[in-house]
Amino acid sequence: MGSFDYVISIGGAAGQGIATPGNILARLFARRGIHMYAYNAYQSIIRGGHSFLTVRCSDREIRTHGDVIDLIICLNQDTMDRHLEHLGPGTSVIFNSDTIEPGEAAEGVQLCPMAVGELAGKGSNKLIQNTVSIAVACQLLGVEFSALEDVLDFQFSAKGEELVAENVRVAKAAYEHSAANFQPAAQQAPQPSAPLAVWAGNQAFAMASASAGVKFYCAYPMSPSTGILHWMAANARELGIMVRQVEDEISVICMTVGAAHAGCRSMCATSGGGFALMTEGIGAAAMMEVPIVVVNVQRAGPSTGVPTKTEQGDLWQVLGASQGDFPKLILAPSNPLDAFQTIPEVFNLADKYQLPAIIVSDLLISDETSTIDPKLLDMHPVIDRGELITEAGEEAGNYERYKFTDSGISPRALPGIPGYEHVVSTDEHMPDGVLISDEFTHPHKRRAMVEKRQSKMDGLLAELAPPAIVGPADAEVTLVGWGSTAGVIQEAIEQLAAAGVVANHLHFKWLVPFHADEANELLSSCKRTIIVENNYTGLFHRYLRSETGFTVDGHIRKYDGEPFKPHHLTAAVQDQLAGGEALSVPYEEIIV
Amino acid sequence: MSDTNVQISLKPKDFKGKVDPDWCPGCGDFGVLSGLQRAVCELGLQPHEILTISGIGCSSNFPGFFNSYGMHTLHGRALPHASGAKLANHEMNVIVTGGDGDGYGIGGNHFTHTSRRNLDILYIVMNNQIYGLTTGQISPTSEVGMKTKSTPFGSVELPINPIASAITAGATWVARGYTGNIKQLTRLIVEGIQHEGFALLDVFSPCVTFNKVNTYQFFRPRVQPLEDIEHDASDWKAGIEKAMLWGDVIHTGVFFETNTRLTLGEQEPVLDEGGPLAFRELGLSSEQTERVISRMM
Repeated sequence: MGSFDYVISIGGAAGQGIATPGNILARLFARRGIHMYAYNAYQSIIRGGHSFLTVRCSDREIRTHGDVIDLIICLNQDTMDRHLEHLGPGTSVIFNSDTIEPGEAAEGVQLCPMAVGELAGKGSNKLIQNTVSIAVACQLLGVEFSALEDVLDFQFSAKGEELVAENVRVAKAAYEHSAANFQPAAQQAPQPSAPLAVWAGNQAFAMASASAGVKFYCAYPMSPSTGILHWMAANARELGIMVRQVEDEISVICMTVGAAHAGCRSMCATSGGGFALMTEGIGAAAMMEVPIVVVNVQRAGPSTGVPTKTEQGDLWQVLGASQGDFPKLILAPSNPLDAFQTIPEVFNLADKYQLPAIIVSDLLISDETSTIDPKLLDMHPVIDRGELITEAGEEAGNYERYKFTDSGISPRALPGIPGYEHVVSTDEHMPDGVLISDEFTHPHKRRAMVEKRQSKMDGLLAELAPPAIVGPADAEVTLVGWGSTAGVIQEAIEQLAAAGVVANHLHFKWLVPFHADEANELLSSCKRTIIVENNYTGLFHRYLRSETGFTVDGHIRKYDGEPFKPHHLTAAVQDQLAGGEALSVPYEEIIV
Repeated sequence: MSDTNVQISLKPKDFKGKVDPDWCPGCGDFGVLSGLQRAVCELGLQPHEILTISGIGCSSNFPGFFNSYGMHTLHGRALPHASGAKLANHEMNVIVTGGDGDGYGIGGNHFTHTSRRNLDILYIVMNNQIYGLTTGQISPTSEVGMKTKSTPFGSVELPINPIASAITAGATWVARGYTGNIKQLTRLIVEGIQHEGFALLDVFSPCVTFNKVNTYQFFRPRVQPLEDIEHDASDWKAGIEKAMLWGDVIHTGVFFETNTRLTLGEQEPVLDEGGPLAFRELGLSSEQTERVISRMM
């Protein structure tokens, strides 16, 4: 654990401006060099409901929203009523005493009532209570007022100097009131250090693809993937990217394939429902050997499911996307930085092997807001488009789009080059592109084309990093995961170590093609294996078993929409090690 | 071919594809193929300057029979593939070819939205009012009462009116051809390619195998070119009125045409400079990345 690790939660109804204090805190901590990770529990509603934003800050990098809450800001009565009972000694509760009645607080909980009307003056905007709350939080944490002033200026300056001045005035009054009336938090914010950047997970996907040279991005809005579209649209003109919102996800995938065939690096993103509509197009890309990158940001399903909640439920949908048996690349990055650093490689691999690449994210990764060290953001990655023909050469007049080669990769000529005219087809075809499906379905030709396409997977697998175990080799227990659970598994392993249990971590990023032999060897070397998944039936375990024949010893699963917290895993591992059931389903304490 | 500077004047046979059409003898689609081959010669286009894109169906086999770049995509999805390709390389002449089931049925949503998007694409629909490749079922343009394998007691659904639909959806050039009048058809294809914006050319292309109602004998006495009567193609209301006629007189020709709307490409600043997106340098400049990161601080 770091010496500073503090969790602030802000609760209110949608429409109460919960995002603003969240953004202010994020920016404030980042500018002071404090690491931050924010998780927002919310509903698919524009006004009302209960939104609960948890902002964890620390002097080290963090990848979960933690186990406990140190400070809660109640923007409405509902928040007070739901969460006060979960608070223990040493915590504080900030609320507008004009409108909110505190309940029965446990011993040692500091109530911080703020008479917002009196502080702000008559006729002030209802949202000013957010500024009051932030000011108190800063004062309790020992953050100097000038830091808050700086961020208030940043946050409100677009709306006019008057609004900035008003917020600073009220914040100052609240800050002074807090200093005079409340006990400071037991943990005080560390001294300022090198500033960090703030980003959201979806932004990492968008930035990485922009730096990898994406020139065409297409989408239909769908939570929780829409953040990628928003970033792309905002930056399109400045970065020279064609960004389009179109009629449905079928059009999205087909436009992406069309643009990719014409020569653009092309990407699209959606969530499970939109991905379902895209699947036929993914098969089209595979058959025509057109490189595309598709992001599926999973949410709790099936069908409309729970649009604002996380789940790792789409694995088999992605594995089975589109009819037929064909090569594709599938991966699940474990956090925004991992996505940022991997996506340029994904574009290179899609280009080189001329196939669809599917990146599996989930709400937890895509929706999270966190700090990132700007030095880690290399936006000039290696760009390698593989065997791409962009101007006429020796083969002019003699070109075969699907020429047989040892690697299965046929040099790809872009439309527009004289002498390389060809037709790409979703029907089975011969090396010259002529169909074999209509008139003479020749079994030997069909076999040769299937083998040509599939042989690309051998080269592709060899380029992917094999899985590796992180942590002590002789661990008592190995936690196995994929995708977004990496952060919480790592923190649980630290908690287990503190409790005297030696655990290590085997995490899978590259799912198709799969390093089955290496995975089997690693798993077989473990003393005990427990797999962690955000779904009901253990989708990844079933895939792992199908590829390796290996069956793990225990399971920890969660499918209530909320992500795992570190203590959920720690307690479940301890229980299983003590002879408890081999399937643990942790109970979610926070009701939103 | 290797010398790209010399633009040789080509003949229709130069636009023959690698294989001969597998259409039934007498199929109307032969007329469209021949019309397009003549039209591109008349316009002085070279095979590498053309991208033909189709969905799935008898008429969608078209790109394989025509010498140019081609994409033979998914059933109903020719227009979005073509839209992506056109935006990626706006210097290509993108021509979409397909049938009525492909374009107005399964692809109906794309037909509407591509019309309003006004990309500079020519969409030729070989309308035979029947599903041919699946051996004869009703299509979205089949007439009420038509008996097919899927409607043994006669179709009860009103057919779509592609011309009126395209005009109301925002297409900027809307015409109808007939494969029994190759001269007019070729001229319409030339105009459709030349039109800047989304051009729909619906072509009566009789299915001699499965549609026993809308035959050459049916059309011959009925078709009347709009150029033979008084018609103001700049008047969308007049265009719709003419399009709704279906009886003793069925019109062909240009129903509606406007050059008052910019194409999507013209409204997209990303395409202003630097040539086709598909051929631009990849990667960001240091200035671009610095601006992106500074906004995160």
